[in-house]
Amino acid sequence: MPWIKACAASEIDEEDLVRFDHAGRSFAVYHSPDGEFFCTDGLCTHEDVHLADGLVIDYVIECPKHNGQFDYRTGEAMRAPVCKDLGTYPVKVENGDVLIEVPA
Amino acid sequence: MPQCSRDYALLGRDARLAEEIGLVSARWYHTDVPRKEMKALMQRHDGPAIRDTAILFAAMIASAAGGIAFWPGWASVPFWAVYGVLYASAMDSRWHECGHGTAFRTRWMNDALYQLACFCMMRNPVLWRWSHTRHHTDTIIVGHDPEIIAMRPAVVARLVLNLFGIFEFAGNARAMLSLAAGRMSEEDRSFVPESERPAAYRIARIWLAIYAGVAAIALATGSVLPFMLVGLPVFYGSWHMVLTGYMQHLGLAENVLDHRLNSRTVLINPVSRFIYWNMNYHVEHHMFPMVPYHRLKDLHERIRHDLPPAHPSMLSAYREILPALARQFSDPDWFVKRALPPTAKPYRPEFHGDLEPGQPTPGIGGYAAPPPGAALPAE
Repeated sequence: MPWIKACAASEIDEEDLVRFDHAGRSFAVYHSPDGEFFCTDGLCTHEDVHLADGLVIDYVIECPKHNGQFDYRTGEAMRAPVCKDLGTYPVKVENGDVLIEVPA
Repeated sequence: MPQCSRDYALLGRDARLAEEIGLVSARWYHTDVPRKEMKALMQRHDGPAIRDTAILFAAMIASAAGGIAFWPGWASVPFWAVYGVLYASAMDSRWHECGHGTAFRTRWMNDALYQLACFCMMRNPVLWRWSHTRHHTDTIIVGHDPEIIAMRPAVVARLVLNLFGIFEFAGNARAMLSLAAGRMSEEDRSFVPESERPAAYRIARIWLAIYAGVAAIALATGSVLPFMLVGLPVFYGSWHMVLTGYMQHLGLAENVLDHRLNSRTVLINPVSRFIYWNMNYHVEHHMFPMVPYHRLKDLHERIRHDLPPAHPSMLSAYREILPALARQFSDPDWFVKRALPPTAKPYRPEFHGDLEPGQPTPGIGGYAAPPPGAALPAE
């Protein structure tokens, strides 16, 4: 799978996320409180709501519609009403850009 | 009287029709709030809820102690009046806020208070979590929202009996017995995933054992006092929950995708706000359910330019609600369409904001049509 530039690292505040759309799919790119970057599917597995409008609390992303929670490092569904895990994708930072390895 | 053939059943005709015309799991109208501001409003803190919970528990212990001390004399009545409202009304709002997970920042605190509040309200924590999830997905969509309180026309006996907790108790007690026996109704199964059902059964059995224990103590002591502390408050303390809860959606639009049309914000006194945990800011809560109760007043100030004016009091709200409910007996399609201020974005057809009082939901057949040439009264 190719590495795609999602955004500049400086575009995401710590403990926040941005939405990145690519090849007809939506992704969420996170900046953790300790400075690491992560990437998951961009839509909640419960009802296709964009997680980019949600709240990052430490390593958890909370969906803005029903407050379902995922660990964005692993994609693990942590709190109802989400029952299904999010897909996660490799991330690296090069020359100040956040690159994600996602299906072409 | 025009015929009303609304079908509020979760698996009924209108549920299918609502799905066909795109009212289900739909995109809803939101007031624009910049991400940085919304992030600040959504931030979680333990402090406000710890403070409020400490006050609540202290008040419950004190009022229960007074009730026991003066039992069975009339002097105990004021203490039970306070205890009942805290047990069966304040715990309703704690159930709600902790169900959203927004009361505390610390997860176990949310979960612990949620479980306790569910027990007080006799609401199965699994069943009601999923029911409320659906209420937020499909708010007042006929056939999909399991929390519609007043049908059109309203069942008056149900609305009145609810003031004494009777209708809700009957439903919750029936659900507890049924779940304890390992059975869940077909309607409930429509919104509770299979993986969650065993937890619902387990909790119902634990609760049944607790109530059996309370009954055993009552029998052993020959007194109803144990039930005054556990169980009966649902009957004598629900009135505040009901009076505030009825203000949320009654008399407003069904089958729209704009919370400004189907939810109501009412300014109320500080004591009621403590009991109700600020859910009087109900348009704001539905539009942005991530914002904790203790920031809803700030959210209200931030977006009020885009909302119908808040009612200044409960009295004002009921002056709108009661005539609307009365009118729905003769015209079930009637609802109150509140005017927006000039600063607001207008109601938009893509969110069904063009639905007018007295007109049936386009695409959903079978509703009573107004008489030909009938003039539609202004709000």
